[in-house]
Amino acid sequence: MSDNRLMQTIFGRLTWDALPLHDPIVLPVFGVVALGGLVTVFLLTRYRLWGYLWKEWFTSVDHKKVGIMYVILGIVMLLRGFSDAIMMRIQQAIAFGPNEGYLPPHHYDQIFTAHGTIMIFFVAIPLVVGIINFVMPLQIGARDVAFPFLNNLSFWLTAAGAVLVMTSLFVGEFARTGWLGYAPLSELDYSPDTGVDYYLWALQIAGVGTTLSAINMVTTIVKMRAPGMTMMKMPIFCWTALCSNVLAVAIFPALTAAFFLLMLDRYVGTNFFTNDLGGAPMMYWNMVWIWGHPEVYVLVLPAFGIFSEITSTFTGKRLFGYSSMVYATVVITILAYLVWLHHFFTMGSGPTVNSFFGIATMVIAIPTGAKIFNWLFTMYRGDIRFDLPMMWVVAFMLTFTVGGMTGVLLAIPPADFVLHNSLFLVAHFHNVIIGGVLFGLFAGIVYWFPKAFGFILDPFWGKVGFWGWVIGYWIAWTPMYVVGLMGTTRRVNHFDDVSLQPYFIVAMVGVVIIAIGIFGFIMSIVMGVKHRRRLADTTGDPWEGRTLEWSTSSPPPHYNFAFTPVIHELDAWYDMKRRGYERPADGYRPIHMPGNTASGVLISGLALVMGFGMIWYIWWLAALAFVGLLAVAIGHTFFLDRDYVIPPDEVARTEAHWHEQGALT
Amino acid sequence: MSGATSDETPIVWHVSEDEDHGAGHSGPTALGFWIYLMSDALIFASLFAMYGVVSTSYAGGPVPSEIFDLKLVAINTALLLASSITFGEAMPHMEAGRVGPMRAWLVATGLLGAAFLGVELYEFHHLINEGAGPQRSAFLSAFFALVGTHGAHVFFGLIWMVVLLVQTMQHGLIEPMKRRVMCLSMFWHFLDIIWIGVFTFVYLLGVLR
Repeated sequence: MSDNRLMQTIFGRLTWDALPLHDPIVLPVFGVVALGGLVTVFLLTRYRLWGYLWKEWFTSVDHKKVGIMYVILGIVMLLRGFSDAIMMRIQQAIAFGPNEGYLPPHHYDQIFTAHGTIMIFFVAIPLVVGIINFVMPLQIGARDVAFPFLNNLSFWLTAAGAVLVMTSLFVGEFARTGWLGYAPLSELDYSPDTGVDYYLWALQIAGVGTTLSAINMVTTIVKMRAPGMTMMKMPIFCWTALCSNVLAVAIFPALTAAFFLLMLDRYVGTNFFTNDLGGAPMMYWNMVWIWGHPEVYVLVLPAFGIFSEITSTFTGKRLFGYSSMVYATVVITILAYLVWLHHFFTMGSGPTVNSFFGIATMVIAIPTGAKIFNWLFTMYRGDIRFDLPMMWVVAFMLTFTVGGMTGVLLAIPPADFVLHNSLFLVAHFHNVIIGGVLFGLFAGIVYWFPKAFGFILDPFWGKVGFWGWVIGYWIAWTPMYVVGLMGTTRRVNHFDDVSLQPYFIVAMVGVVIIAIGIFGFIMSIVMGVKHRRRLADTTGDPWEGRTLEWSTSSPPPHYNFAFTPVIHELDAWYDMKRRGYERPADGYRPIHMPGNTASGVLISGLALVMGFGMIWYIWWLAALAFVGLLAVAIGHTFFLDRDYVIPPDEVARTEAHWHEQGALT
Repeated sequence: MSGATSDETPIVWHVSEDEDHGAGHSGPTALGFWIYLMSDALIFASLFAMYGVVSTSYAGGPVPSEIFDLKLVAINTALLLASSITFGEAMPHMEAGRVGPMRAWLVATGLLGAAFLGVELYEFHHLINEGAGPQRSAFLSAFFALVGTHGAHVFFGLIWMVVLLVQTMQHGLIEPMKRRVMCLSMFWHFLDIIWIGVFTFVYLLGVLR
């Protein structure tokens, strides 16, 4: 008995049962992941890459490298989230009538929860933050972000959250509550196992990272623009990044607070969202959706910015209606706060409240529609080059518009009462998130990849990826609109009505085509690396770009710009090219740069351990990790001199090397 | 039009003198810290909203007028407000670079803050012993969460203060130190403002109800 108590003190509720040793589905997955991990570790050791990774990447505070790490994290997690999607589609395609399918409800519920959580928090957010991180400082002519160390820390906190979610696959369980962990289902009474705790700790740790990153980006854009770049001469992508991050700073605290209170309910036994003793579960819904709806715009506004930059570049024209685009972005930012209740019209707030939120929701379609017309008018009579980024823009406009219209349909409260929690809703938000956010992110990755790595992605495989995604999306989700309109609800792992089966089989075919799209995207990177000499960009300006990031080499030097540029007009680089700008070949000055630090990795690693300890009730471990985390954070502030200076002759060498490269081609 | 002028005077494309974005002046740090304070204010806003929704959900348990000791809270409020004044006294010394008096006022601030925390812990202890712990009702859950989160902020403020006392002893009032003391001062006054909200909406309004 006392032995048992000792084990509990040491290991909390962690026992051998937590490992999936008896699960026929998870165990092989675990085997494959473990094997993949071992092979990676072996290769990194074999080719002595650990030191390189640590020095050049993990501890780097260079905004370009942090951005690239964010994007890699997002792509890796996309594969995980997509695996969940395929599993759900297979289950729903076969589980009809007598066939129970291969996923029991217990497992299926974890999969749809993990899919949503991962796709939003660990795919969309890292990709958006990563692209902003990489591109925005270059576009405003800065050498780094305002708080370079904080940037590195933000990334690692996000990565720590992702690791916790992945851990739940193999040690214990993930939440079975849906991706927002609705109370009271997520309370201890109904979800006593570790699932919700994994969910909460992963998202709290990652959420701190996202908040810090948003503060950093807003400060950077406001304070660090190159001289001459007034707000209305700022590239439109930076405007959308600004609005997106202002939104993020203003909404993440609400999510943090909601999760914090739910944690108190689960760990301390308080009664915020319980059914008893005065708890108010719907307050949880309100708080998470005050975060949740603006979050959609946090993600899609930068995507709009990416589309704007690409449209302008590939039509060779100034963006049509630049200032109306800015105002539309700001209006969307403000309206985003006023619509959260449309996620639960069925709560029963009454016609007055529902009307207000319904109308506010429809009003958002106006600035968004204005943007669509701005892109169309930019293209009108333009000299359009249909390279891959521009193809994504066209696919986006066709796909996203449909998603926007079904959104306006759902904004009508009586219609929503019928369609609430149906697959029609699920089809709607996949329509806007895949067709808007994800297409935008792919467009952005293809567009800025040569800037980051010095060669363009393989165009053939890129097109395979494009067509796979676009065709696959429509085949997978059109049937969902149809069955949803007929009343099929979401989050169901078995259907009695066999007549629905053909729709789900078609949807499964769609997801297989999307898999081809993902394969094509990955091959475009692989083949791009293979043919990097042929696909090289030696000029730094492969697309005839218009903004400042194209005025420096590809990839840019550590310091981005040898001289801080002075801006005279919108589309600064186009202005420079047009007026016969020539790069200075001498007169370089020493450049002051922030130095690397391991604190970000250490703090996030300790946060991960603390989260793990809390999830499994291993109190000593959690306490120890927390104290360690504080110690590292405080210790970090004692190192005052972390900066270094790049001497002028090194700048001269770097610049000369680039000029020679350019001269050869 | 710009082309016409550019023919005569050469266009300036670059900043020629040395200048560092960010380093040396407190521009980005002050703005960044303000934004952080705004986000923290929104966490408190959420906790206030939660408290507002369940502030009368007593679930048959104790009500505010039975458990709140206004005399104790008045002492506590006085302690925290006084600590803001002492921090205010430290700031002109910091501006003038007088490290000794500045540190003395910081110590005074820290002692007042610690006394505030002591009284708060006593109050919590007393309430829990009376059977008015955070598990008793949604009202009490929200009370403990809101006041406790404020208290946790004061606690971390104290840790920060100790760190700065050590660092100003090591380095004197160099530029980064001034920046840090400035941020802590903003943080400390921010906590004071939150407390005024707590005092008014939780304690005074609670006892009136």
